[in-house]
Parts: sequence; structure tokens; C-alpha cells
Amino acid sequence: MSLLESTGVCKRFSGITALDDVSITVEPGEPVGLIGPNGAGKTTFFNCLLGLLRSDEGRVVFNGRDITRMPVYKRARLGFGRTFQRVELFTGMTVRDHLFVAERARHGAGRFWKDVLNLAGPTSDERERVDHTLDLLGLLDVADKPIESLSLGRARLVEMGRALMTEPQLLLLDEPSSGLDQSETMELVGTLQAVQRERGTAILLVEHDVEMVQAFASRLYVLDFGIVIASGPTAEVMGDDAVRKAYLGELV
Amino acid sequence: MSDLANYVILGIPFGCVFALVAVGLVLTYKTSGVFNLAFGAQAFVSAAVFYNTVTNHDWPLLPAFILSVFIVAPLLGLILERALFRHLRTAPAIAKLVTSLGLLIAIPEIVKLLPDFDFLQSSVFNPPTIWPNPFAYYHFGDYVLDGNQVATIISTVAAVLFLSGLFRYTTIGLQMRAVVESPRMTELAGINADRVSAFSWMLSSTFAGLAGVLLAPLFAQLAAPNFTILLIAAIAAAAFGRLTSIPLAFSGGILLGVAQGVLGGYLPSDSILSNGLRPSLPFVALFLLLLFWPGLRQRREIVDPLSGVDPPPPGLSAGQRMRLLTYTTWVLGAVVIVVGLYVALFVVSSFWLLIITRAVIFSLIFLSITVITGMAGQISLCQASFAAVGSFGTAQLAQRFDMPVLLTMVIGAAMAAVVGALLAIPALRLGGIFLALATLAFALMFESIFVPLDWVSGGVLPTKVPRPTLFEGDRAFLFLTLGLLVIVAILVILVRKGTTGRYLDALRGSETAATSIGINPARARIVAFALSAGIAGLGGGLLAIQENQANFTANFGVLFGLLWLVIVVTIGARTVEGAVQAGLAIAFVPEILKALGLSPAYQFILFGLGAITYAKHPEGILEYNKRKSTETVQRWLTRGKQPPGGEDGGVVRARPEPAPVAAGNPGGES
Repeated sequence: MSLLESTGVCKRFSGITALDDVSITVEPGEPVGLIGPNGAGKTTFFNCLLGLLRSDEGRVVFNGRDITRMPVYKRARLGFGRTFQRVELFTGMTVRDHLFVAERARHGAGRFWKDVLNLAGPTSDERERVDHTLDLLGLLDVADKPIESLSLGRARLVEMGRALMTEPQLLLLDEPSSGLDQSETMELVGTLQAVQRERGTAILLVEHDVEMVQAFASRLYVLDFGIVIASGPTAEVMGDDAVRKAYLGELV
Repeated sequence: MSDLANYVILGIPFGCVFALVAVGLVLTYKTSGVFNLAFGAQAFVSAAVFYNTVTNHDWPLLPAFILSVFIVAPLLGLILERALFRHLRTAPAIAKLVTSLGLLIAIPEIVKLLPDFDFLQSSVFNPPTIWPNPFAYYHFGDYVLDGNQVATIISTVAAVLFLSGLFRYTTIGLQMRAVVESPRMTELAGINADRVSAFSWMLSSTFAGLAGVLLAPLFAQLAAPNFTILLIAAIAAAAFGRLTSIPLAFSGGILLGVAQGVLGGYLPSDSILSNGLRPSLPFVALFLLLLFWPGLRQRREIVDPLSGVDPPPPGLSAGQRMRLLTYTTWVLGAVVIVVGLYVALFVVSSFWLLIITRAVIFSLIFLSITVITGMAGQISLCQASFAAVGSFGTAQLAQRFDMPVLLTMVIGAAMAAVVGALLAIPALRLGGIFLALATLAFALMFESIFVPLDWVSGGVLPTKVPRPTLFEGDRAFLFLTLGLLVIVAILVILVRKGTTGRYLDALRGSETAATSIGINPARARIVAFALSAGIAGLGGGLLAIQENQANFTANFGVLFGLLWLVIVVTIGARTVEGAVQAGLAIAFVPEILKALGLSPAYQFILFGLGAITYAKHPEGILEYNKRKSTETVQRWLTRGKQPPGGEDGGVVRARPEPAPVAAGNPGGES
């Protein structure tokens, strides 16, 4: 059974069809790329998967459960982790707090009476898990720094760490390379591969940096004008003429 | 049938006036991002100037009209834009709202204190109309309108024609339409958006001024509450236009006026429904519109593209203090508290004892604002209503069922918490400014519909409340309030550093990200609302016990709710100290003013204008000053030892560098 399966997802914005019958699957532990030129509907599709937008037609099934109409926070608890194209962080919190709050939110923990009785402090188990993830992402040296003092590249890692704390089965990354330079991007790919090796997390990567996708994803979907125009193993898809035309234009 | 038509026609002049202000609201909101609640006050100013020149100084109508509508009104708008709102362009929507709220409170009081305007201190009847013949009646077929109604309709039509002409045929109109679409794009195209925004402020202020002059004769009285109705009706109309569509906002205003006329005609004139519902129709309409009007519900406030570039709010000063200084502050703080307690309990006269008790009770009430605004980041303008629920509950249960008053106080607080949770459930989808407006509508509805009911308030006279048995004396009662304040303060601190507080922090930082890790925003907010309402209710009950009666008008009117919020956010909504200092301020400032021989109205001016500082220091002036002084002292202490910004020496970095961290923009490119 596939981990994630979308069938016939359509989304229209007052007459404009942003997504037309988009069907994709992601297998457990698989790194999948979703590419396409600007305006192809990548982020729209992403938001439909996550429940930030409501699709007009189609179904999204996760682990055999229909989640098409499920609120965002419940999807997260099922095992969806995500990062954002424009970094979304909790201003005023330290790096460690970001991961800690995610660790708590994972199962919707946090009873009010525990706060009142001062029993809400981090347990040693939680502390260990947070430190472990910080170590995995190489963030230990900034763990207690306020989030505002981090560079964009490391801020993205914090986002990833926050998503990982929820123990996702599927990690959705929305253009993680945007705003990063070449070496930072390759560093990110390295970290992603390490995460995948250690946790066995499936990753759906939405990108337009072709090099990054090629370096990372084993399978690709190509989206153009809201339609999946090609799919298959990375090398095959990148050689496809239609893809080269849609994506690379005159460069062919 | 002709009855109906008649009622419709009677409602149209009111509708026109509502529509004028609604158009002004939408215009300023779209061109400068400010939802200007102060239009209510600006309309009042123009009406007062018109009354003063015509009735007191016998000016002819035309120059008086020109002065009040075409000179005073736009000038006031220009001053506000130049001096305040221009500098708030990148400030969060909440800061702009609080600033305009402060002005709404302060401006009428300032006008009343002007030397030539002291006539406003008492009721002013029969304000002049702009129609030359005030006693003329005009027949249109079967229907009769008086001169003022005709004048209202004519000037509204003229204003609308002027506005559409301006938008369609002039350069400035075109520029305004462009700024409305995207201020930054317009600037990039080489247009001075500041100038355009100043112009639209003058224009919309003129509309408000015109509405004010026209409104007063419709009520046959120049009274501040009518301008509240005007403002709220206009907000409801603007909400009908989703705060963005001028034609829809205009139609909303007309519709509301007509609905009011029809409702007034058909409801039996002596029923509770008529007395309670008709004047409060705008409040009910606003509340229902905000909760149920499609399009408003999912809508977040206009996202300023620059908001992500702004530096984040600075952390609490305690977070950056070195250890030595922290201990010193603790010791000094403890000494101050002990000495203060000794003085309060054993030295001062019984009069000052009352004032001190009042300060303690208000500190407790203000902790409710620490929870909802400081922790949850939501603006609630109905904290006074929650406090009133607590005070009514305390009084009524003790009076009717003869229960011990300490028990009824706790039940009253629980009742307030339930009301808070019930209000939170429908209001959850609303964020920021819309939630603030919905709570304002709720407070107005509570005051005009529920408070007059016997089973709520206990009748016209305030219900008597006994003191609890062990705490009859004033000093003993002060002990009780202090004890409760400490308990509530500890509760607030525990919740803030507990999981609930972290969830709220996360939601305030980025709601999209918070939900993406599994935080249920609805649940966190309901908890925050219920806790906040419960604390306010507890404080309300205590206040009733101290004053031996549950007195709504003296303590819990809508204006107080606004004033409380403004005081607390100005001084500091994030910390317990902020709430306590705000409590001290609200209790002592009126007494200090009295001692100086000044009118207590000055407190509204003082606190109202104080709100202006909020935009500059969103953490509150208390936190701001604390951080500044901490920095200075630490620089002095560590001079020559380490370069500033060094690692881990506890040395303060003046401010974390603005990072490319964006907050609060859902959804990326889509």
C-alpha cells in the first residue's frame, strides 16, 4: 500500500484551473520530487495535500485513510511533517523551544491541569529526543539562541528539525533551496539524505532547482499548467522531451 | 404596504449617514491599512464645531458648514495621518487598531476641555441642521420628509457622485485606486504613496465630519453615545463590504439604516424587544456579520508584503539580563514589596486603603489581558463584560440564594469563563482586527441587551453584595485581594511557561507552522479565552464585594473595556509586572488628577494618547524602559571587560539582528 495517494485532485480559482486531475503516489521511505516551472501549481497542490486549501475534486489517502477533509493539525498528528517556502518560525523562541514545542504537539499533549500544577517542564526523555535531532541537523551550537539570530539556511534546518520532531512518515518540503546558494543547497541535500537514512522518512520535495532534485529524488513528477506531464524514475524523466520543453524551454 | 414604504424612507437618512462613515472606513483601511475607529470621534468633533458656531456664535449656516466639514474635518484627518498613522505603516494591524482606539477615547474628552466647548459637558439638545429652513416639511407623493432628512440624502448623493467622479476622472483618484491595489507597487511606479494616503485620510475624514454634522439633528441631540452607534453601524456596513468594497460598504450602510427604520416601525413601541433591540441593531448586525458573513470568516487581515522584513519584536528584558543584575532586582523588588505592604496595611488612612485595594483588584483583572493579549496575541475589547458577568454572578447568587459570598465569587468567575469559552467558539475563525471588532460588538450587545434584564443585573439599582465573614474590615479585605492576586499571578506564570503558553507562543509566531506540527489552534484559543474571562470575572466579583454592590455603569461599561485594554498594552501586556503597574495607574491616576485640581476626564486623554506609544514599543513602555535601563546598567558594569556581543558572558546584545525570518504569511506563492 502506498503511503500517500492522491487521485484526481482538482482546484479552480474563479475560473482558472490551477490543478487538473493530479494523481501521485509516494511509497514509504521514498524520496520523490515534484518539479515544474513557476506557476505550474506546485504550491497549490502542496497546500491541497496539507489541507490549507480545499480541493474541488479528488481524494487524498494517507496510510489507507481518506484525509481529504481533515483539518491541518490532525494531518500533522497522523504523520505529515512540512517546511515552508517562506520560512515560518515562532519569533521570540529559541531553537530548542521550536523543537520542544513540536515534540509536545506531536500527540496533542499538554493538559491544562499539568500547567497549573507546574508539571509541564520537559521530561528527560523529551530532552534527549530534542538533543538528538539537533545533533542530526548540526544545530547543537545554536540550540539556545533566539531564532531571529540565525541565517536563512540554518533557519530552514530548524524548520526541518521541528517537522522531524513530530516523527513524520512523510516529510513535505516546499522549495527548501529558495534563497540558498549552491553550496548551502548541496549541504541541505546531504542533511536530507542523512535524515532519510536514519529515520526512513518518505520525502516529497517540491522544487524548481533541477540540480538539487536530481541529486536527491529517485522518482519525479513534473507539473505544468496544473497537469502532470511526466512521471517516473528521475533519469528517465529528465531525458523526456516534453519535460525539457516545458521546463527548460529553449535551452533544449 | 404604505406603512412599510414609510418606515423604509424614515430609515434612509440614517442609512446615508452610516454609509458615509463606512465608505471612509474602507477607504482608509485600504489605502493605509488603518481601521480607523477614531472616525466616531472625528464625526463628533465636526458636529460640535458646527453646533458651536451656529448656536453659540450665530454664524450663518454656510460658513459654519464649510468650517466644520471642509476645514476642521480634513485638517484633523491630515494631522492624524501626518503625526501618527504615516509612521505606523509597517506596524502590525493590532498596533494601528490600538492607536485609533486611544484616539477614539481621547479626542472627545480633549474637545470637551477646550475653552469654548465646555457646553458639551452637559446634554446638548436640538442641534442645528444644515438645511436653511429647519421647520420645513416636504411632500413626495404620500411621504413626508423634514428638511434635515432631505439635506442628508442630497449631501450623501453629492458625496458619492464626487467620489465616483474622483475615482474615474482624476489622476489622484487613479493613484488612490492603485494604492488600494498595492501600495508598494504604486511606490515602485514612482508615485508618492504617502501623499496619496494623506489625501485619502483627508477625504475620508471629511466624509466622517459630514456624517457627524448630519447625524446630530437626526437624533435631535448632540450626545457621544449616538456617535458610538454611528461608528458601530459604519463598521458593520464596512464588514458587509468585507472591509474592501466601497460600493458594498455603502449599500450595507443604507440597508442597516432601512432595517433599523423598519424594525422600529413594526416592533411594539413599549416592548423590551423594541427598547433593547432597536438601538442595538447595529451591534447585533456587526456581531452576526463578523461571525457569519461568508468571505470574512476565512479571511485574515490584509497581509502587508513588508511585514516579513520588519525586525521581530524584542524578547522580554529578563531573557537578556546578567545574573548579578537579576539577583539585585529580585532583592530590591522584595524590599519594595515588603515596605509597600507595610505602608498599605498599617500606615495609610482608610481612604488610601480603598484606593490601594482597588489597585490590587484591577491588577488582577488586568492579568486577564495579560493572558488574552500578551500570551494569545488576541485583542479582546469585552474584558469589562466578562468582569461584569463575574460581578453580577457574585451579587445575584449571594442575594437570591443566600450563599456565602466567597463561594458565589468563585461561581461568578466560572460563569464568566463559560461565557468567554462560548464567545470564543464562533469567534475562533476570526483573527486580529476582526476578532477585536467582534468582541467590541459583543460588549455593546451585552451592555444594551443583557444588562437591562433583571435576571442578569438585578434591576435598575445595583444589587447589594455583603463582605465575606472573615474579611469584613478593609485591611482584612486587602489581605484577601492580595492573596488572590498572588494566586492568579502564579497561575498566569505557570500557564505561560507551561505547554499551553508554548502553544500560544507558537500560534502567535506563525499559525500555519503551529498547525503543521499538530497544534489545534481552536483548542488553545478557547482555553486562553476561558482563562482570561474567568480571571476578569473573578476580579469583577472582588470589585463588587469591595464596593458592596455590583455597579455596572460605574465600572464595566464598554468604554471601560476599551480603556483597560489601552492601559495594559501601553504599559506592558506580556508580564505580571505590567498588569500590576496598569492596576496602580488606573487606581491612582484619577486621585492624583483630583489632587492636582484637574478633571478626571484627563485620565482618558492621558491613557488614550499613551496608546500611541504602543505602536513604537509593542512590548509596552514598562518592558521597553526595563530593557533600556538594563542595557545601560550592564554596559556600565561590564565596561572595559568584554566587547559587546561577546559569547556567553551574559552580556547583552542591544537587539537581535533582524533575520530573514518571515512570520505570518500563509501559503507561500499561491
